[in-house]
Amino acid sequence: MTSSEESSVTLKRRDLFRMIGSVAGGAAMYQAMTSLGFAADSQYAGPIKLEGNPKGAKVVVLGAGWAGLVSALELRNAGYKVELIEYNNRVGGRAWTIRGGDTITDMSGETQKCGFDSGLYLNPGPWRIPYHHRGYLDYAKRFGVQLEPFQMINFNSYVHSKDYFGGKPQRFREVQADFQGHVSELLAKTIRQDKLDQSVGKEDQEMLLEALKGWGALDKNYAYVAGPTSAERRGYEVNKGGGLMPDPVGGQPIALSDLLKSDVWRAMIFGQTHQWQASIFQPVGGMDATPKAVGKVLEDITTFNAKVTAIQQDEHGVTVTFVDSRTGKEQRQVKGDWCVCTLPLTVLSQIDVQVSPAMKEGMSAISYAAAVKTGLQFKRRFWEDDDHIYGGISFTDQPISQIAYPNFGYNRPGKGVLLGTFAWGEAAFGLASMSAADRVKAAVEQGAKIHPQYKAEYENGVSWSWHRSPFTMGCAAEWTDEQRTKHYRNLAEINGRIVLAGDHLSHLSGWQEGAILSALDAISRLHRRVVTA
Amino acid sequence: MKTKIILAGLIVLAAVSTRAGDSVSSGGIPSKHANLMGPTHFTETDGEKLYATVCASCHMPNAMGGTGAGFYPALAKNDKLAVSSYPVMMVMNGRGPMPSFREAMSDAQIAAVVGYVRTHFGNSYTDPVSLDEVKQVREAK
Ligand SMILES: Cc1cc2nc3c(=O)[nH]c(=O)nc-3n(C[C@H](O)[C@H](O)[C@H](O)COP(=O)(O)OP(=O)(O)OC[C@H]3O[C@@H](n4cnc5c(N)ncnc54)[C@H](O)[C@@H]3O)c2cc1C
Ligand code: HEC
Repeated sequence: MTSSEESSVTLKRRDLFRMIGSVAGGAAMYQAMTSLGFAADSQYAGPIKLEGNPKGAKVVVLGAGWAGLVSALELRNAGYKVELIEYNNRVGGRAWTIRGGDTITDMSGETQKCGFDSGLYLNPGPWRIPYHHRGYLDYAKRFGVQLEPFQMINFNSYVHSKDYFGGKPQRFREVQADFQGHVSELLAKTIRQDKLDQSVGKEDQEMLLEALKGWGALDKNYAYVAGPTSAERRGYEVNKGGGLMPDPVGGQPIALSDLLKSDVWRAMIFGQTHQWQASIFQPVGGMDATPKAVGKVLEDITTFNAKVTAIQQDEHGVTVTFVDSRTGKEQRQVKGDWCVCTLPLTVLSQIDVQVSPAMKEGMSAISYAAAVKTGLQFKRRFWEDDDHIYGGISFTDQPISQIAYPNFGYNRPGKGVLLGTFAWGEAAFGLASMSAADRVKAAVEQGAKIHPQYKAEYENGVSWSWHRSPFTMGCAAEWTDEQRTKHYRNLAEINGRIVLAGDHLSHLSGWQEGAILSALDAISRLHRRVVTA
Repeated sequence: MKTKIILAGLIVLAAVSTRAGDSVSSGGIPSKHANLMGPTHFTETDGEKLYATVCASCHMPNAMGGTGAGFYPALAKNDKLAVSSYPVMMVMNGRGPMPSFREAMSDAQIAAVVGYVRTHFGNSYTDPVSLDEVKQVREAK
């Protein structure tokens, strides 16, 4: 490309994007942008603009989770008449926070009353927002919701295997430094013995050797051993002091074989994956803050405690039938020209919905993962005072899977609530099959293997099993590649007068951003159909 | 081998979890030993234990099911269990909110858990669930 060609491209880029965007929609726009080197990670393209007159059209939005809230908000802003119908007596759906005094009942009929002190809480569903979830961040900003850092990686948290290291939890930094050190030593040895593949040239080999020494904290002989170099990574057995205090002593690395057999190296990958890389955020005071702020401006058009039981359509409009979700009685109907339906596929597959056979087949094909979260209140923040862990996550191969420490209120005296269980997928089924009371008990017993202080300091707990969650019946849609090929489009296309949205109709299933992007895309397509009709 | 792409914001790790557990496909990290990520298939072999640690999460320990925005059917006193191929098919392939346990359970495990449900909770269908029958259902898809 000559420089004059280049500048003419630069000049025209914006117009080009605008043109592509208005003619072909968001997807094509995004593709064009990425091929020209913009928009590397999020497909959020800034606040939505639904231009054109909806001519008094009315939309019934089902479900007041993220997808429903975004749909209702933006459609109303664009001039539609909107009604929002919600099963619970609150907005947010899965984006929810449990606090002291709350009473919660699951599908087994078991009721728990949360006994947390004021200011302490459990986010039973979503709890973290990556920096590149720009749709979420934009709504949080627009609605004045304050965010604070969520720590994904804490180098001083624990990595625990019940069958290795005598069951003694290891520090994350020790595992990480030792794994990196041993691998570097091995590779350095291979290079120095001239056994590395010929494809790495001599000069590169020298640089690689230098890199390994630094990256792996190797000593001058390219060995990973106890001593000052490794101690700067894995920490000290005797810490640095002042005056005539004892000299610092570096700790003994864990043997490579133990790291491999115990599987603890897996903990290192968490914070390296795209969705979990720093920076990550949480709303101050609980995950429900953002949906609540959006829900507030929609109060006048929201019907709570309404369980949708049927969705019918014909050429004139859509009729939604619902009953009181607390009694199952008082059947009512609401009519609209269009319907945006954000109910989870679990629920949707079980109600009477008048859509194409292909769409119905899709609804019935996707199941939702198991997940369990348990919050535990303790008399004091011993994880900070005794273990020096401020926020972040410890990992274990026991069923509870993770212990996550509160990412706020550091170094204060008084009580604290930590996440005593976050089990997911097949690992969660055992816990998910227990009563909440037993799940809390299991969390205390298993957690005590990592923090013996649990026994003396435990006060009360609350637990949520997502398969037993009356308003979701699962954690999030689990798509296989095969299912996505077969059903995704059939579910996402507008079907007569009905369009579906939610995190299940995104490539970010299990993320609020997925629900937001899905809703923005669905209402853009719907709006285009309305204004061009 | 089938892999489930795991989405989730929720989870810890693994962008891809390997269900069959014995080979790697695009990014899956299978494990033959202790696994910090938890098992990818169930280890119990006994029908009663499998029910209590898998099915009970939805159908409830007493098999009475439950209701919310949708429902879990009761398996107690359920005459749809009379012909064993129906519950075998449900466990193998799933339907709606009911997951497929095709990858997470062996034929023997499916036979054991279906056998257990058909002879407990007020059901008394005592004809055994054969491995052959389960295998046929597995291969039918
Ligand atoms: C354990 C767990 C951890 C998670 N972690 C994260 C995380 O860290 N970060 C993140 O961004 N996301 C996370 N998520 C995912 C996040 O919660 C979802 O992606 C998002 O909340 C989905 O929004 P939605 O609007 O699509 O669905 P929902 O929030 O489920 O909304 C659906 C709405 O429909 C209502 N409804 C259902 N049935 C009916 C009916 N019959 N009639 C009327 N209304 C009905 C429900 O009550 C609900 O309000 C997590 C989820 C779980 C469960
Ligand atoms: C994630 C929740 C979940 C789990 C776990 C689950 N089921 Fe189900 N099961 C359901 C749902 C929901 C249905 C109804 C399906 C539908 O809506 O079509 C169902 C239906 C069934 C049926 C058909 C019942 C009927 O009356 O038609 C059988 C049999 C069954 N399940 C057996 C089992 C067994 C055995 C297990 C354990 C291996 C199990 N289920 C685990 C949710 C679950």
